[in-house]
Amino acid sequence: MKRLFLAGLAVLMTCTVALSQGAPMQDILQAHSALITKSSRTTISPAIAAISNSGLTQAQDILQAWQSKDIWQRRSDGLFFRAEETDSGSYQLFDPDTGKIIGEAAKSDLRQLKPNSGVRALIGTALVQFQLKDNDPARRLAALTSIERNPSSDSLLPLRASIDMEPDADLKAKKRRAERLLTIAYDTDEAARVAAIAEMSGDLGVDVRATLNPLLQTRTQVFAGVAPDGLNIARVLVPGKDIASQEAYRLLIASNLAPARIDQAEILATLSDHISDGKVGGIAVEDLNQPEARDRAYAALVSQGLARATPTGAEIEAQLAAHQIVEVYSEPSPVVTSAASEALEAILVNVGVNQTLDLILDGLSLASIYFLAAIGLAITFGVMGVINMAHGEFIMMGAYTGYVVQQIIPNHTVSILVAIPLAFAVTFAAGVAMERLVIRWLYNRPLETLLATFGISIALQQLAKNIFGTQARPLTSPAWLDGAWVLNDVVSISYIRIAIFILALIFLGVFLFIMRRTRLGLETRAVTQNPRMAASMGINPNRVNMLTFGLGSGIAGVAGVAIGLFAKVTSELGSDYIVQSFMTVVVGGVGNIWGTLAGAAMIGFLQKGIEWFNPSNTLAAQTFMIIFIIIFIQFRPRGIIALKGRAAGD
Amino acid sequence: MKNSFLMRNPSTLIFLTALAAFTIVVTLLSEAFGLGLISTSFVKTLGKTLCLGLVAVAMDLVWGYAGILSLGHFAFFGLGGYMIGMWLMYERTRDIVISSMADAPIPPTTDEITDAIGHQIFGVVGSSEFPLIWAFADSLTLQLVLVVVVPGALAFVFGWLAFRSRVAGVYLSILTQAMTLALSFYLFQNDSGLRGNNGLSGLQNLPGLEAVPQEVVSIWFLWASALALGLGYLLAAWIVSGKFGSVIRGIRDDEARVRFLGYSVEGYKLALFTLTACIAGIAGALYYPQAGIINPAEIAPIASIYLAVWVAIGGRGRLYGAVVGAGFVSLVSSWFTGGQAPDIPLGFYTIKWVDWWLIVLGLSFVLVTLFAPKGIAGLFDLVSDRKWPNRHGADLGPDAGALREREASE
Repeated sequence: MKRLFLAGLAVLMTCTVALSQGAPMQDILQAHSALITKSSRTTISPAIAAISNSGLTQAQDILQAWQSKDIWQRRSDGLFFRAEETDSGSYQLFDPDTGKIIGEAAKSDLRQLKPNSGVRALIGTALVQFQLKDNDPARRLAALTSIERNPSSDSLLPLRASIDMEPDADLKAKKRRAERLLTIAYDTDEAARVAAIAEMSGDLGVDVRATLNPLLQTRTQVFAGVAPDGLNIARVLVPGKDIASQEAYRLLIASNLAPARIDQAEILATLSDHISDGKVGGIAVEDLNQPEARDRAYAALVSQGLARATPTGAEIEAQLAAHQIVEVYSEPSPVVTSAASEALEAILVNVGVNQTLDLILDGLSLASIYFLAAIGLAITFGVMGVINMAHGEFIMMGAYTGYVVQQIIPNHTVSILVAIPLAFAVTFAAGVAMERLVIRWLYNRPLETLLATFGISIALQQLAKNIFGTQARPLTSPAWLDGAWVLNDVVSISYIRIAIFILALIFLGVFLFIMRRTRLGLETRAVTQNPRMAASMGINPNRVNMLTFGLGSGIAGVAGVAIGLFAKVTSELGSDYIVQSFMTVVVGGVGNIWGTLAGAAMIGFLQKGIEWFNPSNTLAAQTFMIIFIIIFIQFRPRGIIALKGRAAGD
Repeated sequence: MKNSFLMRNPSTLIFLTALAAFTIVVTLLSEAFGLGLISTSFVKTLGKTLCLGLVAVAMDLVWGYAGILSLGHFAFFGLGGYMIGMWLMYERTRDIVISSMADAPIPPTTDEITDAIGHQIFGVVGSSEFPLIWAFADSLTLQLVLVVVVPGALAFVFGWLAFRSRVAGVYLSILTQAMTLALSFYLFQNDSGLRGNNGLSGLQNLPGLEAVPQEVVSIWFLWASALALGLGYLLAAWIVSGKFGSVIRGIRDDEARVRFLGYSVEGYKLALFTLTACIAGIAGALYYPQAGIINPAEIAPIASIYLAVWVAIGGRGRLYGAVVGAGFVSLVSSWFTGGQAPDIPLGFYTIKWVDWWLIVLGLSFVLVTLFAPKGIAGLFDLVSDRKWPNRHGADLGPDAGALREREASE
């Protein structure tokens, strides 16, 4: 106890010394001592302002300490210190001005300042101006982000002041943008706001729209007679033209400017309250299932004074004529609102242009997915003329191969690189087996091929269900394919879709190379055009058919890996694409890879285009797309790019 | 008498006799009118199977006789079900609404009743307005007419578009499949006016007949289904035995030759396509009140492909083959997938038929296509002493004309 007392005495001594040497921060704190100790959100502002505007270098530290509840007041003399708990349970005191340790004190001698969350938020706002000028760029950025997240009028001046001394060009631009937005929202100078609005006009950022939209917010108000001057009126609503009369009258009722109408429920209640001897107002109850009878009964009740009269049409008209309904901007300055609406209009035009661009990118990406799914069919169906309803299941097999490989090889990049050739191998083998076992017996019977391959399709689908279960399996893309290429706030496309687009281009190249430059391609074309002539030239049609079918199936497997990357891998993955794939080939023109490309492009853009009209309803988009295709085939039964002459095969 | 229709087509007579015998036996064994050996739910299954037999007859007409592999006939079947389902649901909901409003002191107006029905029916899809397509839902007669007219009209428009641009063979199959897919996508939407993927439910309750127990209703439906199947079979047999039948078989075998003989190939195809769609609609209208619920999943393309599977396994090109195939495959399917078939323990793995039945079905379908193109009905040839002309291998379908398989590969 004695030691403690001595320690306290020592602290007191040093403290008095500090005071006598001139301690500006302690002075400020003492000057606002009453406010600080009984801090509340409504009263604390002068104290915070005094500290932050003191121009002292220690102000930031003090505010931070205060915010984190590290400022303690000594009971004996009312001085404030930053304190830290030591291991022994007592507290080390730091001088608010010099930051030096000036002694220790027991907890019982001290009183902690416990600012509530409202006060802490105010302190945080005051701190922003220091953080904005901090030496650490990361903290400056953090401060800026916090301003952007919670814009307030307080941040405007510190932010503006910090722009000029910002060394980092990138950060400076960001600060400048935030400052413009704050100016629009909070500056008191009208001209400055209009200038800022004009500057941001046409900007695509969501934040700009988020700043401008509140300026243009209106509320609908009703005035007896004519609306008073001095209001920033957006427009006057004329009942019957801009607003339905019913709705207008409802507004009058809501503002207590007109007597309420009586609704059906109330009429019913009133009628049933006044049933006597099976009659209401002289009309038998069983007749009241007619609306006119109800009206008459109610009118009778009104004339007997038993019910309240509902205003007639003429009365409603008169009431509406006697009032004016206006939409009033919550923003008082008309100059600002008109500038804002102009700017917003310019932005919307710009957004529209960019949305079109985005739509084109979306369409392109969907087209490349359809192209990927269909390119295998372009070989088996387009070139060989074999209807393979199990094509979708080959896609599914490829996707499941990718999934299995990922279970074995955890590195996603390596596993995808392994999965692609492996998927090709698996589906190539499956395709060859299917060709050998089933399809070659049915080459001349296309309808039977369709049915037999369909049988294989349901068997494979169920087999996949038995092996992998019904739940979706993830096929995770490598980390470098995550994220999106963001052009601006409107236009963006994920890297995975770009990768699929590139993959589709590669496939196109591979297809063209094999068909035009290799022996297999030559033989395939020969066999499909005239198998007997090809056989007499020394080509083995059986072998060529087998290899070609295997190639088409193998490509389907690789497409499966790609599709599995963005769609969940389920046993129904393939059947989701099979009809669209056949459509792609048929619409494009059978037997021509450019036709398949055109078909995929048309279907992809068409579907995205229809979706654009009603974004929430992709089912409707698919419905209309298929109907469009059915009609399209009326006009070009051989597809977009029809083969002519001998190549057409008839 | 010797030249009468039934004498010239003994298979028809045999089939109708067998159908009548089947109906009588089931009735005598049922809970409602007989010994009670057959449960009500199994009577319903049998009644549904008869309806599937009827739609299979329609499929056989259009595929087995005219060579059009339509993958859309189950969509027509479903449309028929939707049409009758609208009336059933509307009337039943109306009964419920009226009885619940009967206690109100003031009797409800017609508008109030309609609004309440709309709330009841469309509440699940967040709407209460009656869409335009429900305009006739309060009239049984009109909805019964629509059962035939709606599938017929859709088939007519689609067939007219497809046949006049000479889409044939596999292209037509893919196109019909696309049509089916589009229709099911459309019905899956909540704002299609047919309750989206909830479909129409409670169809097993006949309005106004609440007092009649379900076991009796199920027998009534069995009779109605048997009658419809018998009449449909008779109509189909009459069609294929006459001149019309010869022409459509000619179209199947060599479309170009029939065209050059002066027949309007498109007209014949369109007439047959539309007629079979109407038959499918009737079958659906009888099927779904027994099933109790219809939703867009029933219309998905896979269902139409199963229809083709039944007909192929039963034996296409013969009407009784289609019925036998539909009955056999659907009953065996429900036996296997219903969990009634015993599992086969192999020691290291137990074969559960619920999981493996589809694989067996798919593979047996491949085998039938490869090795037994005549299907189950081919077995009847063993007892009928019927001689088939020695043509050069199998038929190659409409694209290849009269060319036979062996000729083509030689």
